[in-house]
Amino acid sequence: MNLSLFSSNWNPYLAGALVGILAVLSVVVTTLLIDKPKYLGASTSFVRASGLVEQSVSPEHVSENTYFQKTKIKIDWQMMFVVGIFGGAFLASQLGRSAKMETVPPIWEKRFGASPVRRAVGAFIGGVILLFGARLAGGCPSGHGLSGNMQLAVSGLLALVFFMAGGILAAHLIYGKGGK
Amino acid sequence: MEQVIGLIVGLFFGFLLQKGEVLRFERQVGFMLLNDMTIIKFMMSAVLVGMVGIYACNAIGLISLSIKATNVAAIVVGGLLFGIGWAIAGYCPGTSVGALAEGRIHAFWAILGMLTGAALYAEAYPLMKQTLLVWGNFGKLTLPQVFVLSPWLVIITFIIIGLALFAWFEKKGI
Repeated sequence: MNLSLFSSNWNPYLAGALVGILAVLSVVVTTLLIDKPKYLGASTSFVRASGLVEQSVSPEHVSENTYFQKTKIKIDWQMMFVVGIFGGAFLASQLGRSAKMETVPPIWEKRFGASPVRRAVGAFIGGVILLFGARLAGGCPSGHGLSGNMQLAVSGLLALVFFMAGGILAAHLIYGKGGK
Repeated sequence: MEQVIGLIVGLFFGFLLQKGEVLRFERQVGFMLLNDMTIIKFMMSAVLVGMVGIYACNAIGLISLSIKATNVAAIVVGGLLFGIGWAIAGYCPGTSVGALAEGRIHAFWAILGMLTGAALYAEAYPLMKQTLLVWGNFGKLTLPQVFVLSPWLVIITFIIIGLALFAWFEKKGI
């Protein structure tokens, strides 16, 4: 098994197990240093980021919104965690020489053609639906899927089952069985 | 301090997501088409290792748990919506950012969509708070509480199921 920083990929079981250790370390270190257990999660940061953008256009509207009042718009642990994901993935792909420019992924191209504009519209619409869903469900595959299930939360297991059910059903309808 | 730790944990997380190849549209949609289990191997390994560590640290009083509410209607409807959007976008919130970093330019449009979806949810929240979010809300619940079992028995069960699934994936070559 090659765990070199320069290899293009690592065994998914091993990389996943290391994420498990990272998640535990994160909770322990944040508890000790800032007295708040920080479990991995990502989707709340999209709420805070959109709030920051909206604030610059219409601050009154944002301050009146109950969801922004509850979520509190700030650059916090999780927002920097999401920024870190970008940096870590960039570094890993550069070291392993596995970065690849891609405007239309192959499975998409097979079904919808090579138009980058059509793909951009699809990605945008998908993004709108999935984040609305994630916030309604109270989390995404990080917050519910990883952190929820690590804590044996009923909500985490329930969410993961419905994420997968929705995804499997929709993917078969959209790309057909032969999407391979 | 809080932000610095967040950044460092994120750097490691992004690094491992990229090395595990789970950032790719092909891997994510490949799972949804049931052709490629890479993201499940990655996620389940993380969860199995994580549950042992979290419950061990919790048992000695080093950390506390942070459980999300079991609001069934919101999780079922939100979960299904998430799944539909995930199939179209090919990314989830965490992976979209990493995918952009490894050159998948189209992830940018998915991220823009997610920011829009977040803004829409903020507008819809007052309505949701009176409807889906209160329908079938059982509060913060864990599996050991529901089944009145030791958490370690639940963890051992998950590990056995997980290892059996891994063996099956490898046998099928998916």
